[in-house]
Amino acid sequence: MGNHQGGRRAARTAAGAPTPSGGPQPLLELRNLAITFATSNGDVPAVRNAHLTVMPGETVAIVGESGSGKSTTALAAIGLLPANGRVSDGSIIFDGEDITHASEKRIVELRGSSIGMVPQDPMSNLNPVWKIGFQVRETLRANGLPSGPSDVAKVLSEAGLPDAGSRANQYPHEFSGGMRQRALIAIGLSCRPRLLIADEPTSALDVTVQRQILDHLDTMTEELGTAVLLITHDLGLAAERAHKVIVMYKGQVVEAGPALELLTNPRHPYTQKLVASAPSIASRRIESAKKAGIETGDLLAPTASKKAALDRVIEVEDLTKVFKIRGSWGKSTDFTAVDRVSFSIARGTTTAVVGESGSGKSTVAKMVLGLEGATSGSIRFDGVDITTLGRKEMFDFRRRVQPIFQDPYGSLDPMYNIYRTIEEPLRVHGVGTAKSREKKVRQLLDQVALPSAMMQRFPNELSGGQRQRVAIARALALDPEVVICDEAVSALDVLVQAQILNLLADLQSELGLSYLFITHDLAVVRQIADSVAVMKKGRLVEQGTTDEVFDNPQTAYTQALLAAIPGAGLVLPPEVA
Amino acid sequence: MPEPTSPSASSRPTVATAPASTTAPAVARTKTSPYPIEHFVADPDETPVRATDSVVSDVAPRSLWGEAWRSLRKQPLFLISSILILGVIFVALFPGIFTHEPPNENCLLANSDGGPTAGHPLGFTVQGCDILSRVVHGTRSSLTVGLFATLGVVLIGGLIGALAGFFGGWVDAILARVGDIFFALPLILGAIVVVQLPVFQQNRNVWTLVVILVAFGWPQIARITRAAVIEVRNADFVTAARSLGVSPLGALVKHVIPNALAPVIVIATISLGTFIVAESTLSFLGIGLPPDVMSWGNDIFSAKPSLRSNPMAIFWPGLALSITVLSFIMLGDALRDALDPKARKR
Repeated sequence: MGNHQGGRRAARTAAGAPTPSGGPQPLLELRNLAITFATSNGDVPAVRNAHLTVMPGETVAIVGESGSGKSTTALAAIGLLPANGRVSDGSIIFDGEDITHASEKRIVELRGSSIGMVPQDPMSNLNPVWKIGFQVRETLRANGLPSGPSDVAKVLSEAGLPDAGSRANQYPHEFSGGMRQRALIAIGLSCRPRLLIADEPTSALDVTVQRQILDHLDTMTEELGTAVLLITHDLGLAAERAHKVIVMYKGQVVEAGPALELLTNPRHPYTQKLVASAPSIASRRIESAKKAGIETGDLLAPTASKKAALDRVIEVEDLTKVFKIRGSWGKSTDFTAVDRVSFSIARGTTTAVVGESGSGKSTVAKMVLGLEGATSGSIRFDGVDITTLGRKEMFDFRRRVQPIFQDPYGSLDPMYNIYRTIEEPLRVHGVGTAKSREKKVRQLLDQVALPSAMMQRFPNELSGGQRQRVAIARALALDPEVVICDEAVSALDVLVQAQILNLLADLQSELGLSYLFITHDLAVVRQIADSVAVMKKGRLVEQGTTDEVFDNPQTAYTQALLAAIPGAGLVLPPEVA
Repeated sequence: MPEPTSPSASSRPTVATAPASTTAPAVARTKTSPYPIEHFVADPDETPVRATDSVVSDVAPRSLWGEAWRSLRKQPLFLISSILILGVIFVALFPGIFTHEPPNENCLLANSDGGPTAGHPLGFTVQGCDILSRVVHGTRSSLTVGLFATLGVVLIGGLIGALAGFFGGWVDAILARVGDIFFALPLILGAIVVVQLPVFQQNRNVWTLVVILVAFGWPQIARITRAAVIEVRNADFVTAARSLGVSPLGALVKHVIPNALAPVIVIATISLGTFIVAESTLSFLGIGLPPDVMSWGNDIFSAKPSLRSNPMAIFWPGLALSITVLSFIMLGDALRDALDPKARKR
């Protein structure tokens, strides 16, 4: 092990210096890489003809939608392909050494010490039965580094964990999501690798935490001279954090280049589409355009005119929800999830409620839907307080307010085909005859741009975006006046997300719907909402029109949220796209 | 790879600062690399950009059950076990086709423990009865007990489990504790005690046995159903149905139970086998079915004394019992594989 360490250090100094052939040697190079998965339906190519170079100390981002092969490509570089995947063509060269078909032993040697990894989901990637410190020590020991308590604490404090010495003695469940991701970064960087592969390191975290983590990762890798291969679905984030951006689509690298160059001058049609619809980029563009005094009508999703602002369809006043958390021996403590929240929705407009996880925004949505009783306060729908409705009135109220949920995989009953799914609300409320219901279902499918041939299909045969369209069709079946979108687009790929947002906007102008849009993503809010309410820890900290809140945020919290939108630091020319 | 062909590092700063003349900060927060970076573009014709979210839908629509049936059809385990089960059911329904010998009436002590002869291929019991006939006629009672005990257990256990899981709170607390109490009593031991009660002693038949087996067998199904229901209960589609105005009970019946059914079916199939074994065990102990009812357990019991002199008298009913139970357990395994949610594509 000692010899190996020495060799590694020697190699590192050599890598930075120009090699005899002239020009520095790339740290990681993928040439013509092809990866194939063996499935029950034969071999499926996952990645074809992928080129990629990472120079020492450089940050390279791979951007692509789910299924584009971005994670597979990165996992191949560290020899962690799933059992049914294999490199079928091309080569992987790490620091001048061809490791495409290197022995398991050699790959294990490289992992940790030369190539580190920060996985995607901080919740499942720490072993819940071992203390954090033990898991760091394990990595240090596996790579033959000193692994005493002080070394462990040093590694953890470098990753930005305060009070690292005592934190090391805690279990993963005692850590928040952000702290866990810091611990994983600590583990990934503990052996001073020369390349760090970060697979969507922050996509499970709140934006403000995401920003802190990425900032910290930036400084750390810069200090250590580590090259980073960052995998992300967010073009804005990639452009902000990386020297070089690689766009992957359907298993191929379609475009690669300097970050800003790619944003301002995308040449491949797919990149152009991506630049046009990524919310973080689009919201930046709106801002830039406004500053330059350019009319932004075509950038904003078409929303209804704001003249009707005085007709309030929903008025929420002093809404409070207290949950009882069960303790031992029947004792319970109160937890105020929503604390005296007041806002209103003008008919035909979109109001967004923004907040991080745990801010109580989803509880607000549930109470407005009448699925959760309010502890105090009132929700007036067309002037009638729904918290006092009887059973019969509640049933009628349900026709007028409908939800769309976040997870398109969970919100449709897998046992119901699409026809039954969309017909269900009509049947429950006894609307029309079997024949007229079928006509209505066809019409609804048409409204959400799905072919009526889809009726006999089951949800598991549909893509995420299509499922979300079905969910929208179901929500619209009873001609509601208000639709509550609880993170309705956050589980979708950016292009699909843009499509669904446009669909929602079109439906709004066509049917005069009012939306209550619950989201954590301010970039989306910029595109769709007319007014915004910002929530923090159950309280409403700021509200106003979208323009007011974005141009002139009053509270520090809103300012932090706005600054944390990936790509917030980018300055884009308004004429882009 | 070709050398840089496109505008690179040198032209970038001007692009970035151009629009920032009004109020924006002058420098964009993008990183600049010390190394030259080429701008690579793939041939757009090579990877044509398809319409977002288009899906090729030329396969026939399939439900969960259709999907399961398709994978089951190809499984040897399923085919073998279902052929065996169909055979056993056929024998139970039409015993007359397989043997013309009456099982009880034509017993001659002269044939006691006799070997196979013409017309009696499996030989005779200690009472001189035809073994084949007894095994064939015993199928019906064993199968009836198994089927109806399973049916009862699924109905009662499923109902209790579904209510406990769906409503939670005190309903769950009470139902789950009652289930635990029954769960703590071993089925056979409990049955032995209950059978001694006068009511059951006076009318011992297939149905009293079914009642006893159901009384001690339901907690297992209840637990499985409860767990499955709790998992489905919080799914978004249940919340969606509730916000459409579907009543809690309606949501339970229409959405939750159909989605929680798969594990229940698997366990029910496997426990069908164990109920047949339980019936035989009780009959073997002499407290199951009365001696005049044809049953494999009774035959094994009565062949026990002559185990050494005529082992075949205990072998044949034992074999019939084993094959039947095994095929139900195999069917359960095959169903478990086919209905496994992890194996289903999303």
